[in-house]
Amino acid sequence: MRETLAIFKRELAGYFATPLAFVFMIIFLFCVGGFTFYLGGHFEAGQANLKGFFQFHPWLYLFLIPAIAMRLWAEERRVGTIELLLSLPIPLWSAVLGKFLAAWVFAGISLSLTFPMWLTVAYLGDPDHGVILAGYVGSFFMAGGYLAIGSCISATTRNQVIAFVVSVVVCFLFTVSGLPIVTDFVSVWAPQAVLTTIASFSFLTHFEAIVEGVIDLRDIIYFVTLIGVWLVACGIVVDMKKAG
Amino acid sequence: MIEINGLVKKFGPFTAVDGISFSVARGEVLGFLGPNGAGKSTTMKMVTGFLAPTAGHISVCGHEVGPDTLAAQRMIGYLPEGAPAYADMTPLQFLRFIADIRGLKGSAATAAIARAVDRTEIAGVMEQPIETLSKGFRRRVGLAQSILHDPPVLIMDEPTDGLDPNQKFAVRKLIAEMAPTKAIIISTHILEEVDAICSRALIIDRGRIVADGTPAALTARSRYHNAVTLTLDAGDADAARDALSAVEGVVSMEEDARGADHSFTLFATSADEADTSLVDRVGNLAREKSWNVRTLYGEPGRLDEVFRSLTRPDTEKAQGDAA
Repeated sequence: MRETLAIFKRELAGYFATPLAFVFMIIFLFCVGGFTFYLGGHFEAGQANLKGFFQFHPWLYLFLIPAIAMRLWAEERRVGTIELLLSLPIPLWSAVLGKFLAAWVFAGISLSLTFPMWLTVAYLGDPDHGVILAGYVGSFFMAGGYLAIGSCISATTRNQVIAFVVSVVVCFLFTVSGLPIVTDFVSVWAPQAVLTTIASFSFLTHFEAIVEGVIDLRDIIYFVTLIGVWLVACGIVVDMKKAG
Repeated sequence: MIEINGLVKKFGPFTAVDGISFSVARGEVLGFLGPNGAGKSTTMKMVTGFLAPTAGHISVCGHEVGPDTLAAQRMIGYLPEGAPAYADMTPLQFLRFIADIRGLKGSAATAAIARAVDRTEIAGVMEQPIETLSKGFRRRVGLAQSILHDPPVLIMDEPTDGLDPNQKFAVRKLIAEMAPTKAIIISTHILEEVDAICSRALIIDRGRIVADGTPAALTARSRYHNAVTLTLDAGDADAARDALSAVEGVVSMEEDARGADHSFTLFATSADEADTSLVDRVGNLAREKSWNVRTLYGEPGRLDEVFRSLTRPDTEKAQGDAA
């Protein structure tokens, strides 16, 4: 646990040691704001909620989260510090977990900086704060899902650009697996059970339910399991690729 | 303190380390010698628990790497090749991070960092990001990291590679200072370094140990061991050639002309027999004939020659592997 914390602190400080953190946060906030007001029709809807705000999170995360995750392992391998890190007396899982948590908390900080949205809505109307809180919780868990995928893919390469591009593609598949773009393709030949299974992997499906204010335990379990599975995969990849 | 038995590492069809066994005791500085790609780094990576061996056993201070890797790793200070460090951190942050991971807290951590900083003389750069430091300082930050917890076992992969002569001297001095209380393994392909700091040397080629002994014993395996080299003014060379080959006990001779100097290396009947009288006989002859002698000495042997005779160069190896 101590080791996880040490790695967590180092990674989180690493984000802020370079302009990366600030560039990321500014772009994230601009995009969130722009999407909400221009594409989401936040004002035109005339409703005191943040639906227009949350509905774009999956699409924003699709590009921005892989940008946070891409350096996690690829950079260690490129510079060779992975040899240092993994010859220190720490279990592998603590390094995997420490890095993931640092990225997740960083994403969480960025997300929490959107609080003026909530204040605005609260000032202008009388929103259901429970629903908004649920949206934030759901968005945070979804970010964790994207991050776990990104950290695993980052471990497969020493090139951050490759890590980014592949992560975006994999994240895209997970995002849209419930939409016709994937289901139409599968429904032609696969039985209904397979179709349902694939569709149930969709981030959108699980996220939308949460944004509606329904925190279903199953949706949370889905994201937690997803994070767990990808982190285990990440550990296996790191272990296997050490020799390379 | 380090026991290695039948260590094997395969990468797919390629065998990088092929049945290496040795042990290192406290107070020993073991030098790993070998051409690039001989398996030096791979062996070190396995000892430090970074790579898992394909076969064989490694024990560090009684802790078996594999079943008890973490305990073994606690005993080891490791400087990987090129001394990698987190470039965006300052040495102070970096050493704090290492202290944190190694479980050093509060005043213990501060004291450990102060000691390591003092030994590696990096106090002046503690607040600069590591990426802005010169190669010599980066290497020393890496060294500070490896000795931070005062480990009983130190493993350093090419600790002086790429450093200037002053920096090399400083690193060697540091290693020599720590040697009495630790078991140290260093890898190098600088042969003079072996003489300078190692109490024992292993020559590794294609994953196998081809020689193991003190630097002096290895040097003695050279055919130049106990040969006599005489350097003369080039003008005397022709006259000397016949006279020298007639000296008692000389079986063969090599010549080397360099500008105004001409050297003869005389080989005695038996290289193993310490035949100091040959130097005397050659000296007397030179005085008698009043040659212009530049130098005259009995050779201890040439380590580079031993190294070359025991190992194959990279190009040959590539051909051998292809065949």
